[in-house]
Amino acid sequence: MSLNANIPSGPLAEKWDKHKFDLKLVNPANKRRFSMIVVGSGLAGASAAATLAELGYGVKCFCFQDSPRRAHSIAAQGGINAAKNYPNDGDSIQRLFYDTIKGGDFRSREANVYRLAQISNQIIDQCAAQGVPFAREYGGLLENRSFGGALVSRTFYARGQTGQQLLLGAYQALERQIGLKTVQMFPRTEMLDLVMVDGQTRGIVTRNLLTGRVESHAADAVVLATGGYGNAFYLSTNAIGCNATAIFRAYKKGAFFANPCYTQIHPTCIPVSGDHQSKLTLMSESLRNDGRVWVPKRKGDPRSPDQIPEADRDYYLERKYPTYGNLAPRDIASRAAKQVCDEGRGVGPGGRGVYLDFTEAIERLGKSGVCERYGNLFDMYQRITGEDPYQFPMRIYPAMHYTMGGLWVDYNLMSNLPGLYVIGEANFSDHGANRLGASALMQGLADGYFILPYTLSDALARAGQTKITTDHPEFKKAEKDVQNRLQKFLSIKGKRTVKSFHRELGTLLWENCGMSRNAAGLRKALARIPEIRAEFWRNVNVLGEKEELNQTLEKAGRVADFLEFGELLVQDALHRSESCGGHFREESQTDEGEAKRDDANFSYVAAWEHAGDGKPAVLHKEPLTFDAVQLAARSYK
Amino acid sequence: MNLILKVWRQKNGQVKGRFETFEAKEVSPEMSFLEMIDLLNETLTQQGIEPIAFDSDCREGICGMCSFVLNGVPHGAQYQPGSAVCQLPMRHFKDGDVLTLEPWRAKAFPVVKDLVCDRSAFDRVIAAGGFVSVNTGGCPDANAIPVRKQDAERAMDAAQCIGCGACVAACKNASAMLFVAAKVSHLATLPQGQIEARERVLNMVGQMDAEGFGNCTNMYECQAVCPKEISVDFIAQMNREYLKAAR
Repeated sequence: MSLNANIPSGPLAEKWDKHKFDLKLVNPANKRRFSMIVVGSGLAGASAAATLAELGYGVKCFCFQDSPRRAHSIAAQGGINAAKNYPNDGDSIQRLFYDTIKGGDFRSREANVYRLAQISNQIIDQCAAQGVPFAREYGGLLENRSFGGALVSRTFYARGQTGQQLLLGAYQALERQIGLKTVQMFPRTEMLDLVMVDGQTRGIVTRNLLTGRVESHAADAVVLATGGYGNAFYLSTNAIGCNATAIFRAYKKGAFFANPCYTQIHPTCIPVSGDHQSKLTLMSESLRNDGRVWVPKRKGDPRSPDQIPEADRDYYLERKYPTYGNLAPRDIASRAAKQVCDEGRGVGPGGRGVYLDFTEAIERLGKSGVCERYGNLFDMYQRITGEDPYQFPMRIYPAMHYTMGGLWVDYNLMSNLPGLYVIGEANFSDHGANRLGASALMQGLADGYFILPYTLSDALARAGQTKITTDHPEFKKAEKDVQNRLQKFLSIKGKRTVKSFHRELGTLLWENCGMSRNAAGLRKALARIPEIRAEFWRNVNVLGEKEELNQTLEKAGRVADFLEFGELLVQDALHRSESCGGHFREESQTDEGEAKRDDANFSYVAAWEHAGDGKPAVLHKEPLTFDAVQLAARSYK
Repeated sequence: MNLILKVWRQKNGQVKGRFETFEAKEVSPEMSFLEMIDLLNETLTQQGIEPIAFDSDCREGICGMCSFVLNGVPHGAQYQPGSAVCQLPMRHFKDGDVLTLEPWRAKAFPVVKDLVCDRSAFDRVIAAGGFVSVNTGGCPDANAIPVRKQDAERAMDAAQCIGCGACVAACKNASAMLFVAAKVSHLATLPQGQIEARERVLNMVGQMDAEGFGNCTNMYECQAVCPKEISVDFIAQMNREYLKAAR
């Protein structure tokens, strides 16, 4: 099967405008006859659900939390990019496009990334109009700051809580539509299967997490906006509830999974403190604007950081990457931190940490200046570690953060299953092998506010599809499958907890498919995952009942999916024997230890098709072509 | 360290609940409070006892999902003010401590199970008017609406409310004034929110009353437990907005 990305013809800068004109429109009076399902209520889901409802479609929106306001987008801290060039420092749509393509190590689609850069400016206008309290200059205009991977200040922010404020903007737009009864909201409801009828996506099966009721919902199109799968690694910066179930169920119904091994390790997290840990906490990347990263020059230097003189410190990012310095992109900064810790120069308990030092910034800006920029992050660090970062440098270490892989989509954000759209982090489309800071919020909102609402109407206008109801046998079959699966979890009554399986899988993935990978380690993981999975289905212990709030039962389903998905992730990592972006393959490096891409053999999107349980997934390739940019080795020196 | 936990157990909203006592063993000071319960739940599962249900998601103090009363105070704010319970480390406790865990108590927040309650009333208050009515697209350039820095900062002070409901749980009247005031003040402080300011405050306050939240009697308990330390000054601002609108 060939994958058609449906990229419009014509010059890069004109593709989206041309495409919008070519898209068929739905008569406003007919819009109310179409129904949509949006699964997920984060930046992508809430903005899409609100916008589709504003246009006149009937929308049902689902989230597993008790309120759409709790989606994990809320935890994004640093900012959102746009090519406004307000600071007059040479930014442009072309430059944002280029930085993003290069940051993604030339493994994303030109046309998608260019469109993202174009739309970025509209997003800021939209959010400002909603009342998002962006940071302002004294003259009343918007303030900007810089972020990793860019030499211009194009990041808009709302203190250290930008994701929160953008999400609340989208949530408020969504609640407005809920109040107008154009969106029906289903909180505490989880999608457990996708329903296909005659090759078309026609609905989903859900479980009400309070009553346990399994229900079907039919629609003319289904939109998945369910975020990333980083929790496959057990410890990550994701919220506890983040999971891959919705996209993985869709994969099992035929949707292709693209680049699952493209995961992002974030360089600035608070280091792991012990086995009890349930998640990792991210310190915003914006800290690297003013903080300097260093470790002692000498291995195992026992002195406290304030006792180590300048001459005995290694500011390794500034030394190795003089142009970008502490603002080197996330993959580069993460790998550099791992290297110095591997050399035995890491700091803090266990030696898995590096200093992020604000001494110089405090001298330059004063404590109050630093507090104004980063105060809430400093407070958070102090609460978690019990150390005062104004007195001693923070300790940070890389952690699993974001997933660039996801379901394959074309230029219209539609998967290979007709009628199934995938937006935000759940799709694979815009970040390639590495995501630049402040780009996730941009993509989620671009997809939800400004892309999907246009492209979705085109499919509806073209498809003269029949109405179906949830009485259709495909719905009944899917409901029965879901019920059987839930019953199975409860009937095993084994000896191990769900969590112990999750931790075992996650540790295996982190050690063998984390910041650096090699064929031997990946093969080892591929052999081990089916064993863990087999034991899970034989020996897991899920207490409680099906027809009530049962948090262990919820987790069991998610971990069962991670146990299958983890294998797909490792399979993808094994086949891609080049290094690119956040995926560092030890066999493929330069003499200086930098990642070495292999454009001749791997300039494609790897899209995996489910071939049936117990069979290896089938690889399809979407070749990546670059007309507007020259493929170049990524250098931040 | 080892701790004694007295935990509210309630199967669902239809049956009566009761306290049950558990022992949490080998708790280390680096754990967060929720990780301590995770650990206890693992032990309970091994013993065939159904784990304690509690809400949490981001565990970074920003999503507002976590919500229980610890030794009589929401989020355990007596141990660490200005933080949600998901960010409360165990180094605040010592061996042998006896801790009581209860769900939020308010008529408008019915208990769902154990420490989990239903806070959807907050969503309905927002749906009644907690927004600027702007459709997607066609907005002016963001710099075409200048905002005084001081106003943007003040709006942000209010907007950072995480909607956890601790203010309601701490109030003897189960009043939602701090939550509603935070949203009313956020939008009323910005030029974007002016056009609908009147309808907004009337509709949101009307919905707040309809949901069964009580009134404010200026006890400031809400401010004392708010994980974002949102000031009661915003309640005064909301009252002014309300009086202006109701004239």
